[in-house]
Amino acid sequence: MALKMSDYRSTYLADWCPGCGDFGILTAIQMALAEMELPPHRTVIFSGIGCSGKTPHCVKVNGIHTLHGRTLPFAIGAKLTNPDLEVIAAGGDGDGLGIGAGHFVNTGRRNVDITYLIHDNGVYGLTKGQASPTLELGLKTKAIPKPNLNAAINPIAVALAAGYTFIARSYAYDVRHLKEMIKMGIKHRGLALIIIQQPCPTYNDINTKEWYGGEDRVDPTTGKPVPRLYKLEETGYDGVVRSLEEAFEKYLAALTKAQEWGDKIPMGVFYQNELVPTYQERISKRIPNYLEYPPAKQPISDAEGKPITNVRKMLEALMVTGLEAENQATVRA
Amino acid sequence: MIREDFVWMAGGPQGSGVDSGANIFSRACCYGGLHVYGKREYHSNIKGLHSYFHVRVSPNEVSADVDRVDLLATFDAETVVRHIWEVSPGGGIIVDKNVLGIGVDSIPTLTPTFRREFQRTLENRGAKAETVGDLLNEVKKNGVRMYNVPYMGVLKDVADEIHEEKLSRLTRMINVLALGVSFGLVNYDKVAVERAIRSVFGDRPKIVSMNVLALEKSYEYAKRKFGDDFGYKLETAPTKEERIFLQGTQAVALGKLVGGCRFQTYYPITPAADESEYLEENEILELAYGENNGSIIVMQTEDEIAAINMASGAALTGTRAATSTSGPGFSLMVEGLGWAGNNEVPVVINYYQRGAPSTGLPTRHGQADLRFAMHASHGEFPRIVLCSGDIRECFYDAARAFNYAERYQMPAIHLIDKALANSNKSYRLFDLGLVSIERGRLLTEEDVKGKEYRRFEFTESGISPRIPLGTPNIIFWNTGDEHDELGNISEEPSNRIRMVEKRMKKLDLADKEIPVEERINFFGDPEAEATVVSWGSPKGAILEAMEKLGHEGFNINFMQVRMPLPLPKDYIAEKLGKARKKIIVEGNYTAQLAGVIREETGVAMDYFVLKWSGRPMSADEVYEALRLIMQNKAPTRQVLTHGA
Repeated sequence: MALKMSDYRSTYLADWCPGCGDFGILTAIQMALAEMELPPHRTVIFSGIGCSGKTPHCVKVNGIHTLHGRTLPFAIGAKLTNPDLEVIAAGGDGDGLGIGAGHFVNTGRRNVDITYLIHDNGVYGLTKGQASPTLELGLKTKAIPKPNLNAAINPIAVALAAGYTFIARSYAYDVRHLKEMIKMGIKHRGLALIIIQQPCPTYNDINTKEWYGGEDRVDPTTGKPVPRLYKLEETGYDGVVRSLEEAFEKYLAALTKAQEWGDKIPMGVFYQNELVPTYQERISKRIPNYLEYPPAKQPISDAEGKPITNVRKMLEALMVTGLEAENQATVRA
Repeated sequence: MIREDFVWMAGGPQGSGVDSGANIFSRACCYGGLHVYGKREYHSNIKGLHSYFHVRVSPNEVSADVDRVDLLATFDAETVVRHIWEVSPGGGIIVDKNVLGIGVDSIPTLTPTFRREFQRTLENRGAKAETVGDLLNEVKKNGVRMYNVPYMGVLKDVADEIHEEKLSRLTRMINVLALGVSFGLVNYDKVAVERAIRSVFGDRPKIVSMNVLALEKSYEYAKRKFGDDFGYKLETAPTKEERIFLQGTQAVALGKLVGGCRFQTYYPITPAADESEYLEENEILELAYGENNGSIIVMQTEDEIAAINMASGAALTGTRAATSTSGPGFSLMVEGLGWAGNNEVPVVINYYQRGAPSTGLPTRHGQADLRFAMHASHGEFPRIVLCSGDIRECFYDAARAFNYAERYQMPAIHLIDKALANSNKSYRLFDLGLVSIERGRLLTEEDVKGKEYRRFEFTESGISPRIPLGTPNIIFWNTGDEHDELGNISEEPSNRIRMVEKRMKKLDLADKEIPVEERINFFGDPEAEATVVSWGSPKGAILEAMEKLGHEGFNINFMQVRMPLPLPKDYIAEKLGKARKKIIVEGNYTAQLAGVIREETGVAMDYFVLKWSGRPMSADEVYEALRLIMQNKAPTRQVLTHGA
């Protein structure tokens, strides 16, 4: 039975403001899941706190709405104990780059095979519009009393430095593009990050839909706005690392591209490197049958509830008297 | 000096082999069929500051440390100065000849506080001592025996024999010299010591043979030079019993593995990290059905916030998952704990208390986090708190914690302390048959077939069906927000009222179902005049003190609380109702357990024996405090101070 997009819609009411970018992101997630026909029971969406945190409730797959900034640790715990799960993490820019920045960076070191979506709107919406870590220095959105004293973080550059192996940007109102990026992220073997530029119609009156669309800068010859967002793939940019030799070159190219902001904002895949071993592969090197018997699939007791873990060897190593201890002494001597 | 037990102590700068020396000593005694209890004290420092190890040896099981030292093996001058007054009359001190001329004032690592107290001690004793030698002459007057050994001279003999020109390459073996002299003085079985050296240095044959030679030389030196002067023989007591020798962190790790733990997270912290490292060393597990299909994943996370939440994420897949930490780490975990409570996740936290608050005494003992473990987090949700009193209990409790967590679908906090974590002890092999695995309402697809699965379904008992993430045809939601039966956000008052009740009443069920024998250990005559109440590591010292007082005609019983939450309050109230003297013994300032008991039962303690010096309780000081109480000579509150 083929799964349709409607099969991924839950009955939970999405209560975002009218015009919120989260609607577009939600649709793109549901479309991507439907096109990939991911079985709902095997799919889990983890989220953090904030407007974006409500996303999982609106999707008819497993949904774990966690704590502010802690999306990634929860997601990693589930993925590593049951690697058959398709794990998507979704959180806001404040969630991932502010309170959760430590996890954002350290997750890059592990390359666990999950997909992480950052809803980036530059503000803390649910607490009424304070500046988030991606709001530029000196900007004053309408809800903050004074211009922002903090400079903006560049999540793409940080992700590169931290070791993310798939880094892309998309736009909440370009659902088709976003859906493709999500699908690519899910298919990517390793840790995928998708930064989603998202207008907040209620609190961010600077980075608006009109601003992204360039409506403030009409081309005098065509009479049409010149959008700030453009697609990397249309420029011939190719961020995919195909051999170890070109990895650094591609890394530098992505780092350079990541600096573009303001007048020109690139969308699409900045960098993809599947040559880095995933965390699951690293575990498998040490525990050869890990993928076959991951933690969630190991029996721990027999039918009578008796433990089946045999720690006899560990106990023998601690043994100081008794038969085993004597035997060991003889062997060593 | 004829005693049933013998207390040996080694001290020196950190990095000089105090630990490995004590390990060899302890193992050598164990191999000879003796029982051992070892207490480790060290600074929060890598190299140079003072550390020491007490090893108490007896033909019978030993469960606590005592105040006295029978034979003190010093590696440096500081150890002499710091511990000289602890040596019992008739006891001995092994000293490097080279340190005799060292001025006490010139030892840079003695702190100003220590110097002031040391001067006061000298004055009180009417003694004068400029050098280490002067000091030793002072204690000689009390009948302490002196064994001056030219460490470098003995080392030179070793060097000559193995044709090593650089003596400095061998100074790492000073610990073994001190050991060799110690064992020579008490005429102990040298074969057992050799075996201990082999066991500790393992598969490094060159190091083993060098150390065995150093043992040989120092053992013979002691016999030749001092003969039977010490007057005490440490006899072996051969046994066929299967015994293990381990420290608390190992017992916890073993308990967790047997209990089915398959995912462990941690951030490095003293003294908890040893447990995770030991688990990682043994990550591949043998299962009863032959093949090595088992394994545990040990994740070192970026902080304790990640540690608890990653463990919760793992628990959602049906994996038995745990994290292990100490006070500062647990402080960071608190928000995650609340999430697990709200989402009824059976995550286990092994919590090793140390001196606190803040960084406190990072490497020292503490027992002041009971209230914190019981109450941490905003809001109200149920949890299980269990406390181990000795290393054996650490093993069984570590396994049991998962059963409680899963049966009642709530976090379980296993409280341990530094004294248990870092002490080591010999035990008859643990009986693995006593461990059972109970997973509560952990269900499968079949169990809920034909119905909409509701993770937080309202039930009579409050326990809802729990199904792992990834189960075919099952999906569910979790949220830290208040939620409905499906797990979606709900702010409706009627749902809120029922959902809080549903969660909280699971604790009543736990209270009703978990037998009191798993929650309280009661020792002694129920009709005794006095009842001692305690929790955690003071157990050993209390039992020993009780026995000694029993011989002196004082009838005392002892109620060890192993589960402060839910507290078996009726049982406690009934027992305390019979006691004419109610005595609390615990390692903190505010008598936290006494407070909990008073809150739950209305029963107040009559006497308080407390300690917060950062050192565990010794059997002697507990004995003294209880004796004063029994003789009606004690103030309401006694503060214990033993331990350097």
